[in-house]
Amino acid sequence: MAEALTRVPLRFVARRLGGAVFVLWAVATLTFFAVRLIPGDPAEAILGGPGSQTSPEALAAVRAEYGLDQPVFVQYLSQLGRLATGDLGRSYALNMDVGALVLSQLGGTLLLAVLSLAVAWLFALLLATWSTGRGRLARQIGSGLEIIAAALPHFWLATTLIVVFSVWWGVLPPISTADARGLVLPVLTLAIPLAGFLGQVMRESLVAALESPFVLSARARGESERGVLWRHALRHAALPAISLSGWAFGSLISGAVIVETIFARPGLGRSLLNAVTVRDVPVVIGVVMVVALVYILMTILTDVASRLADPRTASIRTGAGG
Amino acid sequence: MSELEIQATVSARRPPRSRPTAVEMGSAVLAVLLVTAAIAPRLLAPGDPLAIDPTAAFGSPSLAHWFGTDESGRDIYTRVVDGARDSLLIGLAATVIGLGLGVVLGTIAGTLGARVDFTVNRFLEVLFAFPGLLLALLFILVIGPGPGTAIVAVGLSTAPGYARIIRAQLLRVRSSAFVEAATVQGLSRGRILTRHILPNTLAPLVVLGTLGVGQAIVWAAALSYLGLGAQPPAAEWGAMLSAGRTYITSAWWMSFFPGLFIVLTAVCATSLGRSVERRMRHA
Repeated sequence: MAEALTRVPLRFVARRLGGAVFVLWAVATLTFFAVRLIPGDPAEAILGGPGSQTSPEALAAVRAEYGLDQPVFVQYLSQLGRLATGDLGRSYALNMDVGALVLSQLGGTLLLAVLSLAVAWLFALLLATWSTGRGRLARQIGSGLEIIAAALPHFWLATTLIVVFSVWWGVLPPISTADARGLVLPVLTLAIPLAGFLGQVMRESLVAALESPFVLSARARGESERGVLWRHALRHAALPAISLSGWAFGSLISGAVIVETIFARPGLGRSLLNAVTVRDVPVVIGVVMVVALVYILMTILTDVASRLADPRTASIRTGAGG
Repeated sequence: MSELEIQATVSARRPPRSRPTAVEMGSAVLAVLLVTAAIAPRLLAPGDPLAIDPTAAFGSPSLAHWFGTDESGRDIYTRVVDGARDSLLIGLAATVIGLGLGVVLGTIAGTLGARVDFTVNRFLEVLFAFPGLLLALLFILVIGPGPGTAIVAVGLSTAPGYARIIRAQLLRVRSSAFVEAATVQGLSRGRILTRHILPNTLAPLVVLGTLGVGQAIVWAAALSYLGLGAQPPAAEWGAMLSAGRTYITSAWWMSFFPGLFIVLTAVCATSLGRSVERRMRHA
């Protein structure tokens, strides 16, 4: 492991982090100008929407407070400056700092996403190894299960799980509670479709790995079938799934919007949906920025992980041995 | 050892056109039924999807009402059949928008030189920073919720993925031997692009589109479910699911069956897309 850690490609990480700063700047710019396309006066939105009877003095005061009377370019620069210092602004609807709101919600969503990713990996690994090398029927069952699992929408899977486990059997709470039991259904909802995706990729590369020469030579050395599978083929089969995990993490956070809403679980996703529904612009921008940041960091992390697991990728890209 | 040899010969001698599997047959039958439901719903369900019968409210699935009834006594089977048109159209429209944008972006990136390619790639990278439904939610924040917005929002969220695939395909085709041969023959760049590169790039769009419709239907239904797309009186599947959410503990069939058809449609589209892909690869 120590040897593996010295292989962490620092220049690669630095370049990726530079790219991440660029992407975050672009995301901030895109959201700033997209939000300006919203019809209506933002000062009115802050004071409770177009329907509310607001005095011109109150509107002028809000414009001055939020800097809305400044030229667009000045507003843009000052927003960038605030974002750079970690100030995400103030919510229109909740009367609290967006930064504080996001921090209080981030942990729950990250816990949900990380647990779901781990459970999805476990399911995918079990299904892929079980269904490979057991003949045509097992392969078809495995691939059928994966296609169905991958097609399950979160909102339907969640309601079905609630009906079965909470309404019929009464073994798990239908609403997410603080203890571990309340996490089971939300995690299963997110993990099952993802396990379908990862399983498809894993089994495809597992089959390819089992047909490659290094497996033949392992067999020729007298390695048992189980040894071939677990010690040689699986390491190769896991590679594409590792590099997909960054994308998977993003889709989990997107799925958290639905899952947190259904299970009434506090988190970033539910805050985002509420903010979109009431057009609480600073909260939407804040959550989107934080999600983009977490997502980009996750993709860099998985890229580093797949380089460590497979030195070939490093030597191909840089032209020199890693 | 012997098992290994057999595996090798089997994969080498796989016939180019295999018989359709049971899953493919099932998907094809289901696709025909879904399209029938979308074009002529009265053929499959003669009743009125909006007919209210308060005496039969919250009826569980029975012979008279296969999928049960909802809070106003409307027949859920009739409503599911009736909702096929909206749900399929929304999915198709979103896929067309996503693929269209993807083709434009991918082709611009793949044909107009390295500098344009670099710029478009950075732009796509920025769009990729909004995972899943986030881009759709941002779009809805700006435009406001509604069925039309949901379609465009889903199309927008899928476009970056399509653009990346199309660009990669374009680059692969451009560096292939037959393009080189055409260049050697002295064909003009425009002619090579329109007669050789684009047709070979766009052929996989059939597969991408079929695979994409399933996903687009699921995403659009998710937006309806969250109250940001089609609204509950409509018989669109996501909206029906959303309406059934209130009664989940007493009338599970209200959300189960509309959702089941979203899943079946998505599985059907995926499996048909896969088999077309397989056949194209071996043809």
